[in-house]
Amino acid sequence: MYQEELKKQQPLRNFQRVNEIIEEHGKSRDKLIPILQEVQKEFRYLPKEMLSFIATALGLSPADVYGVATFYAQFSTEPKGKHVIQVCDGTACHVRGSMNLIKKLKEKLNLEADQHTTEDLLVTIETVNCIGACALAPAMMIDGKIFGHLTPESIDAILEDLLKNERRKTNE
Amino acid sequence: MNKTLTFNELQKECSKIIKNEKIRINICAGLGCVAKGSLELYDEFKKVLKEKNLDTSIDVLLKEEKKEGVNTIKTGCIGICEAGPVILITPGDILYLHVQNKHVREIIDKTILNNELVEEILPKNYDGAVCKNIKEVPFYAKQEKIVLRNCGQIDPTDIRDYIAHNGYTALYKSLFELSPEEVINIMIDSKLRGRGGGGFPTGLKWKFAAAEKDSKKYVVINADEGDPGAFMDRSVLEGDPHSVIEGAAIAAYAIGANEGYIYVRAEYPLAVERLQLAIQQAEKYNILGENIFGSNFSFHLKIKEGAGAFVCGEETALLASIEGFRGMPKPKPPFPAQKGLWGHPTIINNVETMACVAPIINNGADWFKKFGTPESPGTKTFALSGKLKNTGLVEIPFGVTLRELVFDIGGGIKDDGKFKAVQIGGPSGGCLTEEHLDMPIDYDSIKKAGAIVGSGGLVVLDDKTCMVETARFFMSFTQAESCGKCVPCREGTNRMLEILNRIVSGEGTLEDIDLLEEIGFVVKEGSLCGLGKTAPNPVLSTLKYFKEEYLAHIEEKTCPARQCKKLEYYYIDPDKCKGCTICAKQCPSRAIFGIPKEPFFISQERCVKCGICITVCPFGAIELK
Repeated sequence: MYQEELKKQQPLRNFQRVNEIIEEHGKSRDKLIPILQEVQKEFRYLPKEMLSFIATALGLSPADVYGVATFYAQFSTEPKGKHVIQVCDGTACHVRGSMNLIKKLKEKLNLEADQHTTEDLLVTIETVNCIGACALAPAMMIDGKIFGHLTPESIDAILEDLLKNERRKTNE
Repeated sequence: MNKTLTFNELQKECSKIIKNEKIRINICAGLGCVAKGSLELYDEFKKVLKEKNLDTSIDVLLKEEKKEGVNTIKTGCIGICEAGPVILITPGDILYLHVQNKHVREIIDKTILNNELVEEILPKNYDGAVCKNIKEVPFYAKQEKIVLRNCGQIDPTDIRDYIAHNGYTALYKSLFELSPEEVINIMIDSKLRGRGGGGFPTGLKWKFAAAEKDSKKYVVINADEGDPGAFMDRSVLEGDPHSVIEGAAIAAYAIGANEGYIYVRAEYPLAVERLQLAIQQAEKYNILGENIFGSNFSFHLKIKEGAGAFVCGEETALLASIEGFRGMPKPKPPFPAQKGLWGHPTIINNVETMACVAPIINNGADWFKKFGTPESPGTKTFALSGKLKNTGLVEIPFGVTLRELVFDIGGGIKDDGKFKAVQIGGPSGGCLTEEHLDMPIDYDSIKKAGAIVGSGGLVVLDDKTCMVETARFFMSFTQAESCGKCVPCREGTNRMLEILNRIVSGEGTLEDIDLLEEIGFVVKEGSLCGLGKTAPNPVLSTLKYFKEEYLAHIEEKTCPARQCKKLEYYYIDPDKCKGCTICAKQCPSRAIFGIPKEPFFISQERCVKCGICITVCPFGAIELK
């Protein structure tokens, strides 16, 4: 399954790629956030050892880098799922019932109230402040694609599609 | 075309697009319409036009005159997102709504070839009559487009289309006909006020930065549109990125800066992509870079992607973020215009402000002052959303009343509900009610009523929206986004949220209301930046206008809008109850009492709201209230 695949990759996850990213951007302070963004794109989260590595490379203290990484909502120090579902909870979506969507999604994926990622690391559910799709409220974004005017029923179908695709991939 | 062309030659070349073009079909490729399938619609139009040998494109138009061609382009947001996919056909300004692939052939056969309309997808006015062109549509009739002048009309991915539509002429005029002082004077005279929320006069900001003596200065564009319920800046960046770049270049010339940053939210990937492309194209034609148009003015613009922190919309926090630090605000003064990015003078302007610059330079300050009110000249874009019939992007002159905006442009309340309030200005703003409907929209009137114009998010609430819950929602937002620097904001927002959570769970007391007001005052007074100074606004303004809803939650433990789940209760209708005892037997907390064959009742103290009684009652006598 996907989790095993991820484990297999772990030893390969050497620091070479991080080094390349740092070299590409340069080692000045103002490059710290772009470097973190790219490292996160690569690994889908910021592993702690990477943060210390980046700190040393840039001549900063690990605490400083950790401080930046935990300040911004975009960065995660926990592994995220392969697919990220961002449910918009901006004002417009909120008044049009986004909380019901989150409840429905969590039910479908068997997630506890404080749990955001499925155990097989396939899907992460996040709430975001606003994706700017207010005219389509309530809306959500799956891996960058926007779905609007959602209802608990349409969520069923969308999630079913996503999972079906994944199952097909693992079978192949 | 190559880069050795002078600007005049480039303009002449690009003007061929308009000269040779007979018909243009603008297909909205804004976020709303794309989600409803406008990209597939574009492909279908292209396919059918090719079949009929009618297809043309900007590249073809630049090379040859082709009389019969139809130029189909993907534009930015046309505005009426609720009715997507939307297309606009010029000449004639024919607007079609809810266009599906099946309509494509009919549109081409009727409208393009025979000048007839496809009535089925034409917009209708409130009397039900069809609108033959866009100006007849109520949604557009009261709008005035300055910022969105090109949005929905040009191809945002092709700089040549922007140049053909008068693009970069203001920059050219500034560089060769005006001195930096003259540019600043025009801006001061125009009385343009910062559109990001503060409303500070843009010209003055520029003047302060220009007066500083430093070899290095910066221009920063704030595109960190973090307010939930706002999408104007996104639409401008996606629909007309060059207008923002042009404004920034003029600003740089005026204050003597050679470098600029545009700080865009990471949640807007398409905007980043469009900007990147626009900057590349501008550099190719020597509109950005060294010695622009052969003058001695050089300007380099770079994109900085934000990382999801609302507080970075505050200017000093934004600068800290660009420098690679946690986005925490600094005390002012020194203002960024004196000591900003890396200690150098820096001006920070919002996307919409920048988009206003070029038309002001081109047409003069007096032209701009014709729109709006004397103290708030010009126009403002608003993102209409919430319980409204026509959601979407609008631009109105200041001075239009709230009633016109909500009922004429927005079409009134969805599902014919009852208007309750508008939330304006996002988490920093407040609520305006029925009594404010005839108030003109401008910076000062709205401030007097206890809200702010803000960046322009306008969410309409109906009678099914609980105001206490809305206040709680905003407080949970600002509490999570507080950067933690100032104690009153960090702790105060937490305590206010706790109290609001108590009230919506039915555990509030009357003292809580006084406490909310008191903490709100302290947070406002004791915080450094705009986030803390405005965080209590949603609570204070709902307390002012909807105190009775707070009291209902506290004294009667009910939610008048029936939105607060914890205040719902189960109730047995004595007329329907036959006293069969089934519910009492099934109730896990033994909360239902009664004498058999007579109506039963539920003890609210014992009830755990599991809902079993509803499912087992054979007579449908139990209701959730």
